[in-house]
Amino acid sequence: MNEARPPASSRPAEAAEPPLPANLRRNAPLVPTDSAASRALAAVIAILTFLAALCAGAAEIAVSSAGQWQGSVAQEVTIQVRPSAGRDIEADVKRAEAIARAHTGIVGARVFSKTESERLLEPWLGSGLDLSDLPVPRLIALTLPPDARPDLATLRSALTEALPGVASLDDHALWLQRLSVMANTLAGIGIGVVALVLIATGLAVVFATRGAMAGNREVVEVLHFVGADDAYIAKAFQSRFFRLGLRGGALGAGAALLVCGAAGLAARMWRSGPAGEEIAALFGTFQIGWQGYAVIVMIGAIASVVTALVSRVTVRHFLR
Amino acid sequence: MKPIWGTPPRPSRANHLGTIRDNIRWSVRALSAGKNTGSLLSGAEEPVVRFESVGMRYGLGPEVLSDVSFEIAPHSFQFLTGPSGAGKTTLLRLILLSVKPTRGLVSVFGEEVSGISNEALTGLRRRMGVVFQDFRLLDHLTTYENVALPLRVQERAEASYRAEVVELLRWVGLGERMHVLPPLLSGGEKQRAAIARALIARPELLLADEPTGNVDPSLARRLLRLFMELNRLGTSVLIATHDYGLMDLVDARRMVLGEGRLRIEN
Repeated sequence: MNEARPPASSRPAEAAEPPLPANLRRNAPLVPTDSAASRALAAVIAILTFLAALCAGAAEIAVSSAGQWQGSVAQEVTIQVRPSAGRDIEADVKRAEAIARAHTGIVGARVFSKTESERLLEPWLGSGLDLSDLPVPRLIALTLPPDARPDLATLRSALTEALPGVASLDDHALWLQRLSVMANTLAGIGIGVVALVLIATGLAVVFATRGAMAGNREVVEVLHFVGADDAYIAKAFQSRFFRLGLRGGALGAGAALLVCGAAGLAARMWRSGPAGEEIAALFGTFQIGWQGYAVIVMIGAIASVVTALVSRVTVRHFLR
Repeated sequence: MKPIWGTPPRPSRANHLGTIRDNIRWSVRALSAGKNTGSLLSGAEEPVVRFESVGMRYGLGPEVLSDVSFEIAPHSFQFLTGPSGAGKTTLLRLILLSVKPTRGLVSVFGEEVSGISNEALTGLRRRMGVVFQDFRLLDHLTTYENVALPLRVQERAEASYRAEVVELLRWVGLGERMHVLPPLLSGGEKQRAAIARALIARPELLLADEPTGNVDPSLARRLLRLFMELNRLGTSVLIATHDYGLMDLVDARRMVLGEGRLRIEN
């Protein structure tokens, strides 16, 4: 192209050509970003992400607490020895204990004394009563190994054969099943709420994208006229909304992490108080494990990705 | 690739359009001497634009254009004129493929455009440059970014066109204003920025809608000379205007629209 240039003598100023301005801005986003609508959308995404993350955190606490309960309940079975006319209940208890201890896979057996058995009835009958005339059944708590479950059917039949109508084995299957159903229900509710919140996020993004497209109609038209294709324009909007989603998702997930962390600290403080035992019994440690924190961070990331994808699809649909 | 406009002398802000004209003349001289870059003069000899019995109406309204037939030859220069509301902008929009004709055939760069795919449509638009009456610069982008837009949307790396854009901006006298946002530019500066944006991708067809409608007569004449020089470099030019005084300055074909019908003069 040098041929097209005039002789050097006619271009005296070329050598002193000014350099590029230091403040020259390049490749700014094609779609204006800092609008009130953008900030409002980021706030909506942040709030929805916060709610979804809290919901997921609560579900995680419930499921892990249920898991702890299930674990402790599943590691014990109980032999109940009922008093029977003409029989020595103490001898029956000893017999049942001996059968249990002899059974393969039983780690330990603890016999509840008569006093302990009566104390178990206090929540229903009240304290200070003389229960000596009542036929209070006796309990033997058997400890199972954590890794393997012994053959309880054999133990049950051995007890029935040795002490027919007197001893029975309760393997807590009903409780375990109820706990499992409750944990699954809570997990399902958590997943459902998170899905609903993400759908709400997607719908908010659809409206915001359509508003942005309408508000930037002239920008879109100019981009078309200078040779941009639909995919390029969609990418420009997607990039804008992904940044908004990332900002909103990070704010929402960050706030949820803070709240969960603060709730854990508060629970730790309450546990040392008078209601601590009840709280611990109900919520376990009331702390979200690393899986819970990971789920919260993941929800923030998913909200950003959903925002980007929905905006892209909306723009492509709008341009069609 | 070096730009066709070459490196100009440093423009004086008092008379930058005269400088533009001079620079184009250098390029024309170089081309006449068989030293052209080939970037603008390449292209088939088939018409750049061909309309055959084209009719156009919006919705259920009356026909804005009726039985319009014409061709725009490569390297040609023509005006499109007619009273306000005669359909000039609609005809330009048809050429720009932003609307589809109600009937008839429209071919652009030899390709019949009914049922054209989006990819092909984008390809055709990249061979055109357009100067809008209201400039249509993007207010949130600097002058530099606005002018670089046609290259940026082709997803070229910024480093590959930076020098070219800066050189063109200096060439049109906006070297000191490249970092300024359009709202801070004067009408003439916006006009030149819009023209630079239309030229940066070296189009084979330049469409200008009332390009002198917002400038004083003196600047209008200078811009006209600029378009003529670009045409001599090989770009087909179609200028829509209703300024008969301006058209009288040039002996060029006139496409006159009236009551939806087209008449060719000269």
